[in-house]
Amino acid sequence: MNYIDQTVVMKKTNTRRLKNKLAKGMFFLSTLFGVVVLFILIVRIISQGIGWIDLDFLTGKLSTQVDRAGIMGAILGTLWLMVVVAPVTMIIGVSTAIYVELYVKNSKVKSIIQTNIANLAGVPSIVYGILGLTLFVRLLDFGNIVLAGGLTMSLLVLPIVVVASQEAIRAVPDHLSEASYGLGATKWQTIRRIILPAALPGILTGAILALSRAIGETAPLVVLGIPALLIPFPGGIFDTFTVLPMQIYYWTLDSSLVAEYANLAAATIVTLLVCLFVLNATAILIRNKFQKKY
Amino acid sequence: MSTVVQNNTQKLSVVNFNTQQQAVYQTEKLNLWYGQVHALKNIDLSIGYKEVTAIIGPSGCGKSTFLKTLNRMVELVPGVRISGEITYNKTDILHESFSVEELRTRVGMVFQKPNPFPKSIYGNIAYGPKIHGIRNKEILNSIVENSLRQAYLWDEVKDRLHQSAHELSGGQQQRLCIARCLAIEPDVILMDEPTSALDPNSTRQIEELIKELKKDYSIVIVTHNMQQAARISDKTAFFLNGEIIEYDQTNRIFTQPTDQRTEDYINGRFG
Repeated sequence: MNYIDQTVVMKKTNTRRLKNKLAKGMFFLSTLFGVVVLFILIVRIISQGIGWIDLDFLTGKLSTQVDRAGIMGAILGTLWLMVVVAPVTMIIGVSTAIYVELYVKNSKVKSIIQTNIANLAGVPSIVYGILGLTLFVRLLDFGNIVLAGGLTMSLLVLPIVVVASQEAIRAVPDHLSEASYGLGATKWQTIRRIILPAALPGILTGAILALSRAIGETAPLVVLGIPALLIPFPGGIFDTFTVLPMQIYYWTLDSSLVAEYANLAAATIVTLLVCLFVLNATAILIRNKFQKKY
Repeated sequence: MSTVVQNNTQKLSVVNFNTQQQAVYQTEKLNLWYGQVHALKNIDLSIGYKEVTAIIGPSGCGKSTFLKTLNRMVELVPGVRISGEITYNKTDILHESFSVEELRTRVGMVFQKPNPFPKSIYGNIAYGPKIHGIRNKEILNSIVENSLRQAYLWDEVKDRLHQSAHELSGGQQQRLCIARCLAIEPDVILMDEPTSALDPNSTRQIEELIKELKKDYSIVIVTHNMQQAARISDKTAFFLNGEIIEYDQTNRIFTQPTDQRTEDYINGRFG
């Protein structure tokens, strides 16, 4: 038995070990790249914008005068937008996931729906904007109010919620629902009391991703014709509105005219990031609460 | 717990049987297919009232499938077809108009692997009564206590009813699942290899429990373990390739089987 030539093995050992180290180095550099770029971005934004954030800026109305400009309208607009997007996507998205995962029996029909949802997730956001403009703003004649923007945005992020919820529902072990059926529970009781609670952490993860996307998305709202300047604060979902990313967009656009607009844009970005952070932290807290329970 | 409360819970049970009645279940020409696979072939079997009926046989012989047809859980498998007749307490349960939810409140099931819900111990037991509309806290409390006592689990868990059921040991979890099934006050308990995932000591406890439960319930148990069938059952059915080979008093099956295949199986020549 002499199939293995020890000298060749010894020679190759060094190259194998080198490759091993190279692989580790490559993974490290890739991670480093992302972290460093993000760090620079955040430091730059904060250093440029933080000086411009004060109570007047946060609570003030929009103004063409740099010193008097405030973003309360955009903050409120973003919040109202979420008031529409969060329930609409959660209800429709989770219901869709439940239907596809737990009710559709024909595997062909299921795969057609699956493919459709996956494709919808890849459609560029501006296309959703055009759909929203046609359907909600013009056909249903909503005008460019929060409801129209929110429904458009909901369509855009719906696939994220559906896919995440499907995966979460699929991950609930069959033996739990069997135990429930075995006790005489109906399908709906089993879904509501066993499957959904067990899937909730996964569903909320999807919701976090979806809302984060919706809060920062600009393109569809540009298409809807959301104005950016000098409008009254929105008081409900039937008012016209602007949102933080729109504000950033317009101020960046106009920074060639008034250089300080760039600083206002940076300050708005910081505000947007804080909003996003608060929103995500809340969702994560809710998720952890459900995860830890049992 | 006060007797007043206990009386309350007893009102909830559905009285079905007079004592003369012999068979809880009767199957006639029961056939079942998973797609093209013929899993049960012309099963004629009657299951005795307040008896332990053991179903033995090698893997894939259809014994679990048979058990799951008794509470129609088998219908959760896509592509399943059933023909023939199953009467439970003289009612045709395969009839379209028969509600599976009702059937499954009369016929409880304990599964192969302990499968407590990710809820508290209390929440696990109270789940069944709650889905059947019982909201009264006192009634629920006494159902939980009675069920846990019946499953000999009360003393071990009475101080931590509101802790997660997943903190219990495997054997305790399985007794919890039995208690959960008792909480809906069934007449029949179906057990699908309830001890196959447990250690010998827990197995012994479950077997003792089954002997106790026999006084009040009709039990059908599928088991891989022939000694277990011999120890706890009154009647034993031997399944092979989807057919019933032999069905008789347990002591006859194990001492003087009539069919050569039964004898070979119980003597460990195959399976």
